[in-house]
Amino acid sequence: MSEPVLEVQGLTKHFGAVTACERVSLDLRPGEIHAVIGPNGAGKSTLIAQICGGLRPDAGQVKFLGEDVTALDTRARARMGLARTFQISALAMEDTVLQNAILGALGARGGTPGFLGRALKDKGLREAAEAALTRVGLNDVAATRTAELSHGQRRQLEVAVALTLRPRAFVMDEPMAGMGSEGSARLTRFLSELRHEAPILLVEHDMDAVFALADRLSVLVYGRIIATGSVAEIRANRQVRQAYLGEER
Amino acid sequence: MLLLIEQVLNGLQYGVMLFLMAAGLTLVFGVMGLINLAHGSLYMVGAFAAAAVAGATGSFLLALAAALAAAAAAGAIVELTVIRRLYDRDHLDQVLATFALILIFSEGTRYFFGSFPLYLDIPAYLSGPVTLPGGILYPTYRLALIGVGLLVSLGLYLLIARTRLGVRIRAGAQDREMIAALGVDISKLYTLVFALGAALAGLAGALVGAIQSVQVGMGEPVLIVAFVVIVIGGIGSVKGAFVGALMVGLTDRLGGLFLPAIFRLFMDGSAAQATGSALASMLIYILMAGVLIWRPQGLYGARA
Amino acid sequence: MIPERWLNGAILLGMLAVPLWAWADGAPFTITLATKVAILALAGVGLNIALGLGGLVSLGHAVFFGLGGYAMGILASHAQSFVPLAETPFLIEGTKSMPVIWLVAVVVSALAALMIGLLCLRTSGVYFIMITLAFGQMFYYFAISWPRYGGEDGLSIYVRNSFPGLNTLDPIQFFGICFAALAAALWLHGRLIASPFGLALNAARQSPARVETIGLSPFRLRLTAFVISGAITGLAGALFADLNRFVSPTMFSWQLSGEIIIFIILGGIGRLYGPVVGAALFVTLEHVLGGFSEFWQVYLGALLLAVVLVARGGLIGLVAGRERPHE
Repeated sequence: MSEPVLEVQGLTKHFGAVTACERVSLDLRPGEIHAVIGPNGAGKSTLIAQICGGLRPDAGQVKFLGEDVTALDTRARARMGLARTFQISALAMEDTVLQNAILGALGARGGTPGFLGRALKDKGLREAAEAALTRVGLNDVAATRTAELSHGQRRQLEVAVALTLRPRAFVMDEPMAGMGSEGSARLTRFLSELRHEAPILLVEHDMDAVFALADRLSVLVYGRIIATGSVAEIRANRQVRQAYLGEER
Repeated sequence: MLLLIEQVLNGLQYGVMLFLMAAGLTLVFGVMGLINLAHGSLYMVGAFAAAAVAGATGSFLLALAAALAAAAAAGAIVELTVIRRLYDRDHLDQVLATFALILIFSEGTRYFFGSFPLYLDIPAYLSGPVTLPGGILYPTYRLALIGVGLLVSLGLYLLIARTRLGVRIRAGAQDREMIAALGVDISKLYTLVFALGAALAGLAGALVGAIQSVQVGMGEPVLIVAFVVIVIGGIGSVKGAFVGALMVGLTDRLGGLFLPAIFRLFMDGSAAQATGSALASMLIYILMAGVLIWRPQGLYGARA
Repeated sequence: MIPERWLNGAILLGMLAVPLWAWADGAPFTITLATKVAILALAGVGLNIALGLGGLVSLGHAVFFGLGGYAMGILASHAQSFVPLAETPFLIEGTKSMPVIWLVAVVVSALAALMIGLLCLRTSGVYFIMITLAFGQMFYYFAISWPRYGGEDGLSIYVRNSFPGLNTLDPIQFFGICFAALAAALWLHGRLIASPFGLALNAARQSPARVETIGLSPFRLRLTAFVISGAITGLAGALFADLNRFVSPTMFSWQLSGEIIIFIILGGIGRLYGPVVGAALFVTLEHVLGGFSEFWQVYLGALLLAVVLVARGGLIGLVAGRERPHE
């Protein structure tokens, strides 16, 4: 068994009297998709924020590539190769699709961005950005203003920006949200391949996609992980059926 | 020692007047999310209305009533015609539109009243000094200002804490969608809150107008200091505005007293006076910078 | 609709043609007005880098304008009285040389922008607006209560400062200097917009969380923009002081901070040439309306209100249509 790429141990976070996250432990191994599911308000966003560096946990540890990154901020974790996509698209809406992708490539390059060169004429940046757009199928809308994209296309662009970072692990927050069934199926096929490049921690509402993709599943309810296992194991777990699947189906 | 007590009182007097300005600003921001640069114009409107009515009738109380009424009316008119178009705009648009209102108010006032300052006399029953315990002579009018300021602050506290309007204001500050869902007529509430803030500013303008001169442009310096108060207290918090106002008032008056004295310890007299008073003029801004470093959201502000 | 690029060319040509025509016609006052437009536009271009590109609504840019002005005033007043600024630890003398004054103005403004930016950029939104306004007022009161350099009365400089190879007393030559500075700043702003830095800064304005997750710091991007912005506005202040041969605390006033923003808005926010059009309109209004009404600012207020409430693209927006994504 190879070392996990990302490892979370005993993560705990309180907001006043509310416990948003209680002794959560999970890991992400090379080549896998590890899905985290749970009802609304289960603490998925809080968990992601702590993994990516936006929130400091009250207790517990986040390890990335074998290093303790609990004390590092979002930027430092990003520079180490932790790429995240947002549930509510966090894109530069006034800019073109290509400019958003170039921004990602700029982050991957590191250092201070240049002042006098032209971002769109920079060969390295442009090639990296165009390659990522081609992979998610957005190359023919590269010159479109991002605000004019459909919701599904924005999700694809989120993934493309993450790709430009050439990350060591992905954290994806509901990448299928708002997508039609066709787009969702296409993204499912794409992520299925992508896991061999870098493993994916996938937080997702779309159960079909999760069951089709996940190597392992963790179920988060009221800030606690109540079960972790393969799709078949989770489907068979009574506690999970009661707490979560029972409500939805 | 006597000088110290006198300056503490001056600081309190300045502080409570700042609070009257800052309370309206912070309410309007808290409830409507609007930054209003023209709040200083309402202060000026109050002062001019008071000076005009006092000149015509000779009654100071009528003058104060006129200040309250004129500023509230001006506030309501401005809210109905301009301000309400700005609630869902970004802060830049709010800044520019209310800056435009300053230009219109200032030039309009200059057109009607001329460029020369007006004078508002302190009524006879409040003029002259009063002897405080310990034999300190202090102007009666300034003492009355402290009293009025504290009374109005208490009234505002009771209004917000105890009345139905207060409940709505607090609800509006916390959750704007919620209050609309509760069936409150939100546009009426907004006009009311804006007029209330305007009336407080107008009252402050009239009260201060009697110890300074009443002139065009008198509102903006006070407005900017009121911003300092709000930044220190935390935007949207009336309690923060009160604490911030007293801190700023006391810092300003005591700084003007102590800094030149401190510099006199190692400089000669006139240079110490110059350096000390130049630095004293910066003191409240340094206080603001200190609060920002320590608590960027202000003393009582919600964590961003 | 006219393409914005053509319009920009026409604006620059117009800025050159009016004073040249006035020069041929022997109308030095018109040249002075054009010089004022160029300098105020330069201050606006400075602010536009923070405001248009970085989304930083600074209501305190008069600080940098005033610092540039006082850099000129202090250096030139020491030069004209032959009293050195300092003798210990080493001798610093005043100067009447424009390039040296500009350098000092730019460095001092940049340092002030760094200090103010470090504090103000910890906050955002309304806090940022209020705090920049407050710091502007701090400098204003300091200038008033500091008697050494004129206090409230300001400082007069008897002869305009010199520039090697040019006669700065000739209005058209001084206009040329100011126009060149404006053109250089516009060029720099244009390059910044298209640069990787501009791309990242612009993205930080729209989605700071995104910029963090790609490993860049929105704070540092904004601070850098604020410093560049302050430095350019400081240069404008030095030129403005030289135009009037006078500096006073009003260069630090909140009205001036507001006016610099107005230039940008009247011209059209997010437009490279917005401040040029806005400053030209402002000076024209001041001159024409001020000619027949003492209360011309009422009309300015009404115009500004109309632009904010109705015509948000400003003057350029009316002529060139909707803004397109930067290329």
